[in-house]
Amino acid sequence: MRFAVIMFPGSNCDYDMYYAVKEILGKDADLVWYENSNLSTYDAILLPGGFSYGDYLRPGAVAAASKVMNQIKEHAAKGKPILGVCNGFQVLTEAGLLPGALLRNQNLSFMCHYESLYVESDQTLFTSEYNPGEVVRFPIAHGEGNYFCDNNTLQSLKANNQIVFTYQQNPNGSVEDIAGIINESGNVLGMMPHPERAVEAMLGSDDGLRLFKSLVRNWRETYVANA
Amino acid sequence: MLLTHEISPEIIEKDAIYRDMGLSDEEFQLVKSILNRRPNFTETGIFSVMWSEHCSYKTSKPLLKKFPTKAPQVLQGPGEGAGVIDIGDNQAVVFKIESHNHPSAVEPYQGAATGVGGIIRDVFSMGARPIALLNSLRFGNMTTDHVKYLFSEVVNGIAGYGNCVGVPTVGGEVQFDDCYEDNPLVNAMCVGLINHDEIQKGIAEGIGNTVLYAGAPTGRDGIHGATFASGDLGEDATKDRPAVQVGDPFMEKLLIEACLEVIHSDALVGMQDMGAAGLTSSASEMASKAGTGLEMDLDLVPQREQKMSAYELMLSESQERMLLVVKKGREQEIIEVFQKYGLQAVAVGSVIQEKVFRIKQHGTIMANIPVDALAEEAPVNHLPSQEAYYYKTFQQMENTTPLVEDHADVLKQLLQQPTIASKEWVYDQYDSMVQTNTVVSPGSDAAVIRIKGTNKALAMTTDCNSRYIYLDPETGGKIAVAEAARNIICSGAKPLGLTDGLNFGNPTNPEVFWQMEKSIEGMSAACTVLDTPVISGNVSLYNQSKGKAIFPTPVVGMVGLHESLEHITPNHFQAAGDTIYVIGDTDKAFGGSEVQNLILGKYEGKAPSINLQLERKRQQQVLTAIHHGVISSAHDLAEGGLAVGLAESLFQVANLGASIQLTGEPTVALFSETQSRFIVTVKKGKEARFLELVEDAYEIGKVTNDQTLSIGVNGSNIIKEDVHQLRELWKGAIPCLLKSRA
Repeated sequence: MRFAVIMFPGSNCDYDMYYAVKEILGKDADLVWYENSNLSTYDAILLPGGFSYGDYLRPGAVAAASKVMNQIKEHAAKGKPILGVCNGFQVLTEAGLLPGALLRNQNLSFMCHYESLYVESDQTLFTSEYNPGEVVRFPIAHGEGNYFCDNNTLQSLKANNQIVFTYQQNPNGSVEDIAGIINESGNVLGMMPHPERAVEAMLGSDDGLRLFKSLVRNWRETYVANA
Repeated sequence: MLLTHEISPEIIEKDAIYRDMGLSDEEFQLVKSILNRRPNFTETGIFSVMWSEHCSYKTSKPLLKKFPTKAPQVLQGPGEGAGVIDIGDNQAVVFKIESHNHPSAVEPYQGAATGVGGIIRDVFSMGARPIALLNSLRFGNMTTDHVKYLFSEVVNGIAGYGNCVGVPTVGGEVQFDDCYEDNPLVNAMCVGLINHDEIQKGIAEGIGNTVLYAGAPTGRDGIHGATFASGDLGEDATKDRPAVQVGDPFMEKLLIEACLEVIHSDALVGMQDMGAAGLTSSASEMASKAGTGLEMDLDLVPQREQKMSAYELMLSESQERMLLVVKKGREQEIIEVFQKYGLQAVAVGSVIQEKVFRIKQHGTIMANIPVDALAEEAPVNHLPSQEAYYYKTFQQMENTTPLVEDHADVLKQLLQQPTIASKEWVYDQYDSMVQTNTVVSPGSDAAVIRIKGTNKALAMTTDCNSRYIYLDPETGGKIAVAEAARNIICSGAKPLGLTDGLNFGNPTNPEVFWQMEKSIEGMSAACTVLDTPVISGNVSLYNQSKGKAIFPTPVVGMVGLHESLEHITPNHFQAAGDTIYVIGDTDKAFGGSEVQNLILGKYEGKAPSINLQLERKRQQQVLTAIHHGVISSAHDLAEGGLAVGLAESLFQVANLGASIQLTGEPTVALFSETQSRFIVTVKKGKEARFLELVEDAYEIGKVTNDQTLSIGVNGSNIIKEDVHQLRELWKGAIPCLLKSRA
């Protein structure tokens, strides 16, 4: 299984995502510069955190309008797994691949620390290695992670089991403590907490590793088992 | 002060316009004799910034020579963008600290942000990847809205810049004292990692080679910033706001990636960032170091404003700009790397044989100055030094113990002193984890960053107790270095070297100059004994508030090496049942202490004494014991003494408590700030081995699981406090002060 980590100008968790997948998970991965990307040879696309285009206009807004997003949208439509973390989540909402928006944190400050999250759904490509309702510890590091959507969207997120992670103690004012959501077809996940920063116990938590393992296992079951 | 229109050389001399730019009468005469003519307007500006204190160190140079700068591990000492120390396996650590005090006083967000940006550029201009940031901050006591504004906005500015560029902010310190009320100190330190064969230097070698300008275009911001930073911060300092630069961390992030890609090309000859004095200092220093000359055509310099004069272009301190020298004919391959990141890189001049700095604009020569005159031959001021009047008084005072009635209450008050209280409000706003190497995050004595692909890690800290240095500059200087080393040792690492961020008042005051002299002598003595050479640094003078000098504040930024990840040792207690030891004797040391300030409302008397040989022996023994795996946690005793040290040791792991028995005078036992002391815990069964390895260790109690800090002195219990409650006081103090009305 091959992972593409997309690098936008201003991405700064790109190497961390690459390191987690390549060195800790031990899978093929490439850092793919946003301009010279042919994504068809990759099995999953990872949009890392950071400040793409300096957060100018709105976080994720400029990256969402870049050319590579057309390709990413095509792959999303074909069912390829796409993960957006932090700024990657912001890019996915700005690009319309996920509903809602990320507003400034309620206290208007950037915040960086560990948060305990509930795994709300283990029925996704990304979370099948977790137990439903399990509590995991991931770092957060964001100034604009306050998830917002209108009531209709919220109802449909709930009805379709699209809420994947919630905060045990809401740090930023997100609607219904939402930390991560998935699209209706279940192949595009966006989340503010950083699973790629939680892959080594020495750094505080390795709870994030199973997210990547879930992806690998589901891909293998779909493509390798049938081959 | 902002003279941006052309004035003739005759008028500059006749009306002494040069004085407004910061040159003295003697210096102007020296300029005339160097040039054999009067300098024109642009040249006067160039001399004034290059000979400013900030760029030339003209006042501090004679003192800086006292620092030990050489050791086998030092690959690059002071003089380049940053110092470099060998850490084995062809790797090296690059670091430097720099002040941005005056800008932060008038425009705290941008002042602090550009301070961070500048120090990061110093590190990656050496070819190193920046891997960590630390900040040493000083503010007035949070009793006025203005101080709270300065504090909040400085933190905000550091966060805004550091978070965006993707370099984790992992440590530092914040202290509060009235002497910093109008003149906060903002010292930013950056640590980078490099392979030996990738170390770059800022040199303009090779006659005919091309000078490339890369990064942001030049605007009118920060003109005369270096001069602004080299004078007293006046009461009307807000008029100097145009001298403060404006930062763009996104541009910096692109510049980091482009420069670190460019260093792999053998077309690159030299690289230097444009920091203080912008284009002027980077270009002239690169030529001076190489023994060459440099010619530039300002019409080629990217500009973001119209009709900029040569004076403005040469003196602008616009941010996120680099100057490169590349081999002739190979400019395009370098330019293409910058273009990949959407950055401009353009040829603006070339290296010439004649050792002059020649600037052209619109076909006219605007400046023609011997290169060495700017960088090497800056005048040196030998200022008079006079022992401070207060010092004699303080030295004659007896060591006395402040009168404490309720020790538990004093402990609670100490934990809420902003200097001691938790800084979580500060560091929670910093991304401390990006790059996924942060093993020990902010809130410990030293931060620890592992090095991927090895079994090694780096420990780093900043430290400086300026109260001690005020009372006794020489002793205080020793303590600053020793305490930084103690922090590194407690984390389990061996100290490698330090960078100094020297912040003082107006040096033309002989008592201030004496403070500088003595504190540097004290620091140098400690550096020699503790084998921590000074590899880089920065001097910030003229720091004063309401006509009074700040406490002398020479900040020590130190880096140490963990040769094995197994040596990484936490500061806080680990498990119930572990035995608690204090290493070192405790005596009556209250001069400059937190408890003295709390009870008396002032600092006076003698600073705590320090014996450097004893310090060295004890540090080595503690480190040996850590390396033998017999120590579970280690914390150095500092502000607030043993009682505060014990409380702090209980704030990390839930449900722990401690049961302690001490002897002696209770206030001394609990709150004295005697130096060279550690508090460590040892697991059951390892006590005997520990006592073989470490001398002067006294068992004082056990870690418990009852969430209570219980301290008895001479058999009677005088403190019994719920740890959770103490933690809440300690954690809540700074947010509470920020919210309260002034």
